[in-house]
Amino acid sequence: MAAEEIIPVVVEFTGGLEMLFADQRKHTLAVPAKDEEGKPVTVGWLVNYLCEKVMKDSRKEMFVLDGHVRPGILVLINDADWELEGEASYALQPKDNILFVSTLHGG
Amino acid sequence: MEGANAKAHTLRSRILETEAQLKRLKEELAQVEVSGKAHTGHDSSAKENPVAQGTGQKWPLSAEEYKRYGRQMIVPSIGILGQLRLKSSSVLIIGAGGLGCPAAAYIAGAGVGKIGLVDGDTVEVSNLHRQILHSTCTVGMRKVDSAICFLKSINPNATYVAHPWHISPENAQEIVGGYDLVLDCTDNPASRYLISDACVLLSKILISASALRTDGQLIVLNSPPLPPGNVAGGPCYRCVFPKPPPAESVLTCGEGGILGPVVGVMGVLQAVETIEIIVQGKITPPDSTQIVASPTNMVLYSALGTPPFRSVRLRPRRPDCFACSPDATLRLESLKGGSLDYALFCGLMPAVNILRPDERIEARDYAQIQKNGDMHLLVDVREKVQFDICHIEGSINVPFSTFKGGNQESRIHKPDWLPQSLPPEAPIYLVCRLGNDSQVVARILKDAGLTSGGARWIGDIKDGLKAWKDQVDGHWPEY
Repeated sequence: MAAEEIIPVVVEFTGGLEMLFADQRKHTLAVPAKDEEGKPVTVGWLVNYLCEKVMKDSRKEMFVLDGHVRPGILVLINDADWELEGEASYALQPKDNILFVSTLHGG
Repeated sequence: MEGANAKAHTLRSRILETEAQLKRLKEELAQVEVSGKAHTGHDSSAKENPVAQGTGQKWPLSAEEYKRYGRQMIVPSIGILGQLRLKSSSVLIIGAGGLGCPAAAYIAGAGVGKIGLVDGDTVEVSNLHRQILHSTCTVGMRKVDSAICFLKSINPNATYVAHPWHISPENAQEIVGGYDLVLDCTDNPASRYLISDACVLLSKILISASALRTDGQLIVLNSPPLPPGNVAGGPCYRCVFPKPPPAESVLTCGEGGILGPVVGVMGVLQAVETIEIIVQGKITPPDSTQIVASPTNMVLYSALGTPPFRSVRLRPRRPDCFACSPDATLRLESLKGGSLDYALFCGLMPAVNILRPDERIEARDYAQIQKNGDMHLLVDVREKVQFDICHIEGSINVPFSTFKGGNQESRIHKPDWLPQSLPPEAPIYLVCRLGNDSQVVARILKDAGLTSGGARWIGDIKDGLKAWKDQVDGHWPEY
């Protein structure tokens, strides 16, 4: 069995989402390269990981709703809408930057 | 009171009129002085040269306009063609607040021919740190009137149109239809979806911005403004955000706070985009065959971020978009007919009604308990930054977020904020700004068993510190 591979990624929160993550905008994480089933980890996996392991706030529904990233949050993979990259199924690559943006409405 | 308000209103209007008149007189004087000099210096040539006389016969702009816009016209990307395009264009600014004010100021200054302003609100003193077209002496006036008065003083050449009501599905077509380009400077999701739908149906480019606290966002939508079904058109608001956010996740500037220059930056960026789009001749949809698809970007501004600006690439039009896809069912008739309820679509914020009446106390009754010196604890659950501004004497601060955030278990079950000296039967009163969060926390504490087996009363002050000002302390600094 090979040693557990680790993928370094940067996760950022903006538009108020940082409040759910201890007021920290930028998180440098080292995540396992494979999930429990031995498949490469995806952004969808990362969302669950953030919700369960990184987020201390009890308001999980402000981040994930009905199993999906809640409406009003844009997910950007290396500064591109994740819908251009295959959404939740995108396999994480080393040094990826994943940005979660909550839309603002004030004006 | 009514009479005093009316008199104040009349006086404000007269002050504005007089100020405007003073400006006009000064301008007139300046013109007389300038032409006087011209006559003494170059008497004969001035008569022969139409440019010097500024008759506008030979030149497309007046002499005054060449002077006024000269600094911008000599920028290579503008030029005389760009200036003429600005003059012949019309721009609708929806919302005359923190975004609309700076956007309108620069758009008016740049020489856009017709500017419409939509806003149903009146000026409040809490607007003034960011809504730069309004002033202390226009508090109480309609925002559109206050704004247009200032805009006229910046540039009297434009035609200004006041739409003194909020945008609605019923009036959207009529208002939006009269302009070349639209700026969304509103502050709520329902109007953002409505404005986007109207722009899609009427083929207008939409420059949308928003801001909260120290962050701002900007997107140019429906650009190029091709008809629904044409995949080469730019995405609309629904393509980017097909579902509205849950109402409880939406914060207004009044609730979350806003730094004046942050929303100012976003409004100014909207003006930059407006000028660029008009000058480049992009307001009319290009010939479909010649479109070079360029991706739509969203600009993120974070005053505290490094770097402060970031641009991210958005998706193109959504193939199943409700508004702009080939299968879209949205029609102008459905908009005007009122069959779309945008407020309902975005979700209404339910009134917080968690506690029973006997679990709540009027502010004046609490004041009496305090006066009597009865043993109790008053817990203020506003965030610390608000508690620091003002709080009721003797209250302690345990912010609402600590009941929801990190170490909530210990905050609730082994509350370190609960004084050891407090007798187990001494009541606990919760208070917040308006009496919503205090109800939530009261329920959490009761459920956590802090009632000492029923011996202790736990409840909140109804309507919070707002009621405290109304019923107990008229000098309370409401912010």
